[in-house]
Amino acid sequence: MTVTADRTASRPGGVLSDSLVVTWRTLKRIPRIPELALFAILQSIMFVLLFAYVFGGAIQIEGGAQAYREFLMPGIFAQTIAFASATVAIGVTDDMAKGIVDRFRSLPMARSAYLTGRTVSEIIYQAGILVVLMLTGLAVGWRVRGGFVDFLLGVGLLLLFTYAMAWIGVWLGQLVRTVEVGQQVSFTVVFPITFVSNVFVPPDSLPAVLQPIAEWNPVSTLASATRDLWGNPNPYVSADGFPAQHPALLTVLWMVAIIAVFAPLGVARYRRTSR
Amino acid sequence: MPAIITEGLTKVYGSSSGEVRALDGLDLQLEQGTVLGLLGPNGAGKTTTVRVLATLLRPDAGWARVLGLDVVRDAQALRHRIGLSGQYAAVDENLTGRENLWMFARLYQMPSSTAHQRAGELLEQFDLVEAGDRVAKTYSGGMRRRLDLASALIGRPELLFLDEPTTGLDPRSRLQMWQVIRELVSAGSTLLLTTQYLEEADELADTIGVVDHGRIIASGTADQLKAQVGGERVEVVVRDPDRLAAARDVVAGLCDGEISVQEHVRRVTAPTRGGAGQLVRVIRALDDAGIGIDDIGLRRPTLDDVFLSLTGHSAQQTPDDEPDEPDTETPIPAGRNA
Ligand SMILES: Nc1ncnc2c1ncn2[C@@H]1O[C@H](COP(=O)(O)OP(=O)(O)O)[C@@H](O)[C@H]1O
Ligand SMILES: [Mg+2]
Repeated sequence: MTVTADRTASRPGGVLSDSLVVTWRTLKRIPRIPELALFAILQSIMFVLLFAYVFGGAIQIEGGAQAYREFLMPGIFAQTIAFASATVAIGVTDDMAKGIVDRFRSLPMARSAYLTGRTVSEIIYQAGILVVLMLTGLAVGWRVRGGFVDFLLGVGLLLLFTYAMAWIGVWLGQLVRTVEVGQQVSFTVVFPITFVSNVFVPPDSLPAVLQPIAEWNPVSTLASATRDLWGNPNPYVSADGFPAQHPALLTVLWMVAIIAVFAPLGVARYRRTSR
Repeated sequence: MPAIITEGLTKVYGSSSGEVRALDGLDLQLEQGTVLGLLGPNGAGKTTTVRVLATLLRPDAGWARVLGLDVVRDAQALRHRIGLSGQYAAVDENLTGRENLWMFARLYQMPSSTAHQRAGELLEQFDLVEAGDRVAKTYSGGMRRRLDLASALIGRPELLFLDEPTTGLDPRSRLQMWQVIRELVSAGSTLLLTTQYLEEADELADTIGVVDHGRIIASGTADQLKAQVGGERVEVVVRDPDRLAAARDVVAGLCDGEISVQEHVRRVTAPTRGGAGQLVRVIRALDDAGIGIDDIGLRRPTLDDVFLSLTGHSAQQTPDDEPDEPDTETPIPAGRNA
């Protein structure tokens, strides 16, 4: 029995079905290790509770506590999604360390399928987490005040952003050799980014040097864009600044830039078989 | 056409402490339908060789043709025809055995229903039916290894790579694994396997290549290698040091070849071809001569013996770590070491 190139996975159907198989396999782990999703959700809920009920009182925002909670929730969504990079990085490192990636690479499957499956499954996973967090938000008083289309646009931005974050994770996950290091690296990078932002506080309450960072930061632009779309309060340092005028555009530009940089880096590293 | 042929295969890893020549001009040949065992200690370059041949790693120099295909240029076509079971069982711990096999079968481009069928067959063949619907996380080391091997066989590969298939397994699982591999071999598989155990290479391989520092330093059948090392030996530890010379004479009367005596451990060692029967004869003769024995046994050559005889250093230590001739107690066949 000789098998020739006609069965290679470079045909379009092969790419799609291979990617779906990898997506399926990545999503399977969620019910099998429920702790992972559970703690991802609990971490976000903890931030909601901490800021809505503990620190929130000290944060001045027009409209009081109710307005602050409506301000906070889109920030929490953006922060949660920023951590998609960590989830993907840890997953990729784990697959590499366990030899799964080697096995995939020795199979006649589409080369791109592993990375496509990994990144796409992250969107589905984060969408599930988003649903739980939105319900939590509703419970603490967050409301969507815009139209349904605007609501969907906001959700779309969040999910597209997940995709961009997933590509950072793909690159990062291949750089480090152990899951523990991956965890450390991801968290030391992601936490500061989400804190020097408008996720928890209006940027004008930050030290002046940090204000521009907090307004241009992709996590901030994402939070701003969704707040604007959903009619949630969103105070800016200066209302005529570019970040205040075009948060959605800026977010899309960020996503394009991140994908343009990290997808080729991640793919190149994956292709470079010398590891 | 040989199943594998390589010439001057070289792979250099850069690292902070200088470069490592993982492969340093490795020449190899494997005929269709035969089994080649790559035997070498940790760090010899076995895994690197397998990874290059299985298209996972590009060599820095030299070339390799596997099943007539170039491992670099024709990598994708080659992947349809080979199966790889790596050094660490690469199965998805969060999937069941059946799901693992189904997934890999799908990625071998089988339609879903065929993939299900193939998964079922392999579970059966590898004695995993009962565990088939449990997540692989719950499997024992031996079961994981079998699942991994089953995954490598999904595409009915013409050539199979097994990297240290029994390292880390308990003796029972090892025997079971040997049985599985022997069945594959008797069904006509072409196989390249790596191991750190001479016994394992002896058991499973038609020819053995001994690897050290990224090169083949010796090759041949197990018998040829053992002949180089000196084959089996009878070892006697005499109770009374004064009877050592007498014991030597008794043993010399029964065995031919170089007989070595280590006085400080009261030990006489002699090569033998007679196996257990010879052992019995030696025991009787010593007993008849009234020589007390503390310990006696048949000693088979190990990887360490092969290494000592071929390189003058032990398999565990590089010559740099070990300035002096290691362990004078280890019998060294006379005239082998310069
Ligand atoms: N990715 C890598 N980076 C740097 N050095 C490596 C890498 N992989 C293997 N090596 C080195 O190459 C040599 C051969 O390794 P390997 O092929 O794994 O040996 P074996 O499988 O025989 O134990 C060793 O010295 C090892 O440390
Ligand atoms: Mg190895």
